[in-house]
Amino acid sequence: MGKTLTEKILSLKSHGEAKAGDVVIADVDLAFVQDTTGPLAIRQFKEIGFKGLAKPQQTIIFLDHAAPSPAQQLSNDHIFLRRFAGETSCLIYDVGEGICHQLVAENFANPGDVIVGADSHTVTGGALGAFATGMGSSDVAVALALGKTWFRVPESFLIEINGTFPRGVYAKDLVLYLIGQIGADGANYKALEFGGEALARMTMSQRLTIANMAVEAGAKVGLFPSDRITRGFLREHGRGDKYKPLSADTGANYEQVIPVSLDQLGPMVSLPHAVDNVRPVAQVKGVKIHQAFVGTCTNGRLEDLAVAAEIVRGRKRHPGTRLLIAPASRQVLIQAIEKGYVRALVEAGAVILPPGCAACLGLHQGVLGDGEVCLSTANRNFKGRMGNPEAIIYLASPATAAASAIKGEITDPREMM
Amino acid sequence: MPDSVLKGKTIKLGDNISTDDIIPGRFAHLRSNLPELARHVLEDAVPGFASKALSAGGEGKAVLVAGKNLGLGSSREHAPAVIKMSGVGAILAKSAARIFFRNAINQGLPVLLCDTDKISDGDELEISVTDGKIADLTSGITLSCSRMPPIMSAILEEGGLIPYIQKHKDFVLGS
Repeated sequence: MGKTLTEKILSLKSHGEAKAGDVVIADVDLAFVQDTTGPLAIRQFKEIGFKGLAKPQQTIIFLDHAAPSPAQQLSNDHIFLRRFAGETSCLIYDVGEGICHQLVAENFANPGDVIVGADSHTVTGGALGAFATGMGSSDVAVALALGKTWFRVPESFLIEINGTFPRGVYAKDLVLYLIGQIGADGANYKALEFGGEALARMTMSQRLTIANMAVEAGAKVGLFPSDRITRGFLREHGRGDKYKPLSADTGANYEQVIPVSLDQLGPMVSLPHAVDNVRPVAQVKGVKIHQAFVGTCTNGRLEDLAVAAEIVRGRKRHPGTRLLIAPASRQVLIQAIEKGYVRALVEAGAVILPPGCAACLGLHQGVLGDGEVCLSTANRNFKGRMGNPEAIIYLASPATAAASAIKGEITDPREMM
Repeated sequence: MPDSVLKGKTIKLGDNISTDDIIPGRFAHLRSNLPELARHVLEDAVPGFASKALSAGGEGKAVLVAGKNLGLGSSREHAPAVIKMSGVGAILAKSAARIFFRNAINQGLPVLLCDTDKISDGDELEISVTDGKIADLTSGITLSCSRMPPIMSAILEEGGLIPYIQKHKDFVLGS
């Protein structure tokens, strides 16, 4: 019997034969925390009585959720995290460097790695073929000290993607469609593994968007096999030597196989207040929006800003709609400046936020008012997510967000292309 | 070690209670002050939850009874931590999101999976955590819960991951 990609990586990292359903102890190649989960993790690390890190150079603290800090308590959390980094010689990415998951993709994640992060969207690293998963502070605290953790080896769903994205349709539309099909708990405790002939044409940016949202179907990981595109991305980011080919065996056992044809896909929108409440954009066209937000670990990359910039170029945002843009990293921001995307966006009336999580989780930089509606490119639209339980959030692609910001209402981006 | 038999009164929630319902991002500045954060636990989903949990507990503990996919969303372990801090002794749900489930056990807060449709708000329960048996003293019915992997039972028996690691210094499989 062949192995799934999940079973292959966990066999390698647990130095044994890992089969779906087994519980294994696996080596951790990279462990990280961010500024809203890190303080608890470090207090727990100290409470256990740990002194040092197993792998200081493979341990990272990211200050991205409150960046820059809007409150004295969060500023004090930042001081605490910086001090811990000083004491232990771990790596730290301070305010303005970008979102943890983007920085992990740019600088650290490699095929076959096991990555644990105290943030649910750690699954983003699956785009590079890493078994990357989100955990709580206690689990990460222990991983920091022991360099390992335990996993129940998940059963896998194979998502078989064929065809080509039609004009105006993007990776975000695909992943929203998938979550609508699977349901918010349809893949709870499972692994999503992606395959199909369309992967050969799928950029790393698109893969990161898709892997990022695996957790919104409940999944433990969203894994892509490594290929020519993975190798190209690693080379571009100065670690071509880390490439290794990795894919599921033929004859691997999947709990479900879900085929998707990109040719049939249109722009999709998640309706309030659930990510799996997915409809074609036509069904919500015309809903007035007060804010459009392009950014986050789902859609704050260069390709996303390029699409948004192309749509708004030479146009103005609707006077009743704010347009917020948050690049996912400093590198993304620099490239967006060099390519003229920032200028096009700002001329259209956009506000450029610092690289980081920005408005996504409601603690600063775009908190919604009572009854306000936001169309966001983020991954969650739960009640209260953007700082106000009386506000309403729709999720869509950067193209749909940009087109909607111009018209002041939810708009099919194909009307503006 | 948590009590192996727990008595308490239920507070019922619906399906898909997210970590943003439990402790939304707007309280992120309170995450290093858990007692203060606990005052806001679940306040958007169940107005006055914190005081309700205290009174439901009475002499014993409150039991949180949820539908499916409890705790979906963020990895914030503060969510089960403040649920526990507010006086909840156990959680029953039809299903729980993966990270929340593991976090609750790591906090020493039992999460037992069973058909919660059969339990009503305000019922008095007697829960045997180790056997996964629930007696609803109000309705007279009994329920069985699905088993968790042995490593999770072992972590729960020690009162959470921190005491577990303090004792064993490592993960022990087959314990």
